[in-house]
Amino acid sequence: MKFLDEYRDADTGRAVLAEIARVAARLPSVKIMEVCGGHTHALHRFGVLDLLPANVEMVHGPGCPVCVVPMGRIDDAIDLAARDGVTMCCYGDLLRVPGNRRNLLDARAAGADVRIVYSPLDALAIAVAEPDREVVFLGIGFETTAPATALTVLEAQRQDVANFSVLCDHVLIVPGLRAILSSPDVRLDGFLGPGHVSTVIGCAPFQFVADEYELPLVVSGFEPLDLLEGLLMVLRQIAEGRHEVENQYRRIVPDDGNPVAMRTIASVFELRDHFEWRGLGTLAHSALAIREDLARFDAERRFDLPGVRIADPRACQCGEVLKGVLRPWECKVFGTACTPETPIGTCMVSSEGACAAAFTYGGKRREVAVRTS
Amino acid sequence: MSRADDRITSAHGAGGRATARLIDEVFRPRLASTHLDAGADGVWLGDRAVSADAFVVTPWNFPGGALGSLAVHGSVNDLAVVGARARHLTATFVLEEGIAIDALAEQVEAMGDAARRCGVEVVAADTKVVERGHGDGLFVSVTAIGDPISAWRPDHTAISAGDAIVVSGPVADHGVAVMVARGDLSLSVDVRSDSAPVVEQVEALLADVPTVRVLRDPTRGGLATVVNELVVRQGLGAVVREAAVPIRASVRATCELLGLDPLYVACEGRFVAVVAAAQAAAAVAAIDRISGGGAAVIGDVTAGDVVELETHLGGRRRLDVLVGDPLPRIC
Repeated sequence: MKFLDEYRDADTGRAVLAEIARVAARLPSVKIMEVCGGHTHALHRFGVLDLLPANVEMVHGPGCPVCVVPMGRIDDAIDLAARDGVTMCCYGDLLRVPGNRRNLLDARAAGADVRIVYSPLDALAIAVAEPDREVVFLGIGFETTAPATALTVLEAQRQDVANFSVLCDHVLIVPGLRAILSSPDVRLDGFLGPGHVSTVIGCAPFQFVADEYELPLVVSGFEPLDLLEGLLMVLRQIAEGRHEVENQYRRIVPDDGNPVAMRTIASVFELRDHFEWRGLGTLAHSALAIREDLARFDAERRFDLPGVRIADPRACQCGEVLKGVLRPWECKVFGTACTPETPIGTCMVSSEGACAAAFTYGGKRREVAVRTS
Repeated sequence: MSRADDRITSAHGAGGRATARLIDEVFRPRLASTHLDAGADGVWLGDRAVSADAFVVTPWNFPGGALGSLAVHGSVNDLAVVGARARHLTATFVLEEGIAIDALAEQVEAMGDAARRCGVEVVAADTKVVERGHGDGLFVSVTAIGDPISAWRPDHTAISAGDAIVVSGPVADHGVAVMVARGDLSLSVDVRSDSAPVVEQVEALLADVPTVRVLRDPTRGGLATVVNELVVRQGLGAVVREAAVPIRASVRATCELLGLDPLYVACEGRFVAVVAAAQAAAAVAAIDRISGGGAAVIGDVTAGDVVELETHLGGRRRLDVLVGDPLPRIC
């Protein structure tokens, strides 16, 4: 397959792995955080973790948008979806995210009109086609998906669609990363920087990692060779005592991002003073809300929502997993009370969540292998 | 904490772990049959084999097939994989008030054509009409009755470490074709369902390869789920080699785009065979002689108790059964 097979070539992969082993042999044990949930998924799916040297440990970061949505926000969405005349549209992997008592899939089974869409524009099309219904798009994601939500709001304004709104749970990657770096129990040696987010925001926003925390960060792609090359670049920085922001994913990520997308975000959203992140608590200036002048497309203003803050379940250690302090299988409920079918914590919900990836692809196997080798 | 298990959700229909639990907890204990306990696609009652299957698909027509022909092929294949050739079908049509009679006739026509081509006769049928909003247009429920292809019967206990796992052709065509045909993805890719009877291929395989242990058709839950079900119940494991699994380029590309794993996407014209390793090549040759090519040895049964995937890169990771309904990912 053009543009895909080139980045999965096994011979090239083995050559990069040999180089990784050579560089890692000169290093003590290192912990590298992959910021993006897509990286977590790909590292497992392509069997990369199984092939890394024993002293290189990958730690999952905060970059799975589904994983950081707090329960209270899910409950708001469920409450709204269950109302007469409301159609709730969302991305598929949000359906299984647990609220306090149930998820959107349960709400749908109980009669709520919940529909999976691939794009917020599909939700707008539903609103146009079914003018008698209040169509709400549940907007989640980092800067990766925020431009699509923003464009859709602008399109709704242009078409003057009266029955469309967005329940906005968009968050920003940098505050999440800062929260992890400033947490006292975290010890990391470098980062694989998020590929998709960086297509929008570019590489410059990560400079603080190198400057303030003196750690290397390499923005990387998602194919096996991208991941391996990105990892090799991080390890080389560590070995050479450098701490820089580098861009492995140049074929997709311009250093200065996508200014048009950034302007679109700015024209629709404003910063929230604070927002709750699952597992990480309330972070200042870490999320987006719809601007005052577009209030009629803001579901939070349009509807009266419960807005109850629900504490994370006590048994759940998602916060520790998100910070990389605990490995997924070290959580008390991993694989027993908490499985992808009946997730307690959000890290178990999306296939990009650290726990779901470890459970599905058998992450613990490597742990055992490393211990015995 | 309450769970999704209070009510039926789409996960219960996806063929993975939720489906298995629903059958184990709600159906088996209340229907009390040793045949049900065996959990096979079809069951032998003396020298006749019987299977039951219900068919629901939207849209009714998709590239490579239709609901009517799918109902025949699916039933014929359920019997083929236990070693039987379907001869007779019964069909129940649940019709939702408001559907067009022309559109219904088109599906019955597709069923009749497929039945004639497969050499089966629809000997009893029933219709029920449900109120508008109480059904998704058209449901077809089929019972199939068949004769032995040969003296061969599936024997799960014969599966041993070292056996080879063979798949009869490219996987995931059907599931991807239906997803594209739904049209809500605005994709234009040329993917056709593999919906077809496999009974001729099974007959050739059984004639040439005496060491066939079991056969399964990887419908719901896809190849990965079926391989798990075949070996794990026997206390065995398997290694599937990613590079060896036949997947069409267009199917692979569509799955990449949608964030789906083709190893979990349904086939409707394929089967998985477990055979002695020494006869793996003969098994592929026997299937290919009928199908024109595409069968492949995709892995081995192992002594462990997990199914693993050996990736293109050479790493290994677990290949679990399908969990829940495959949900498209956000990004």
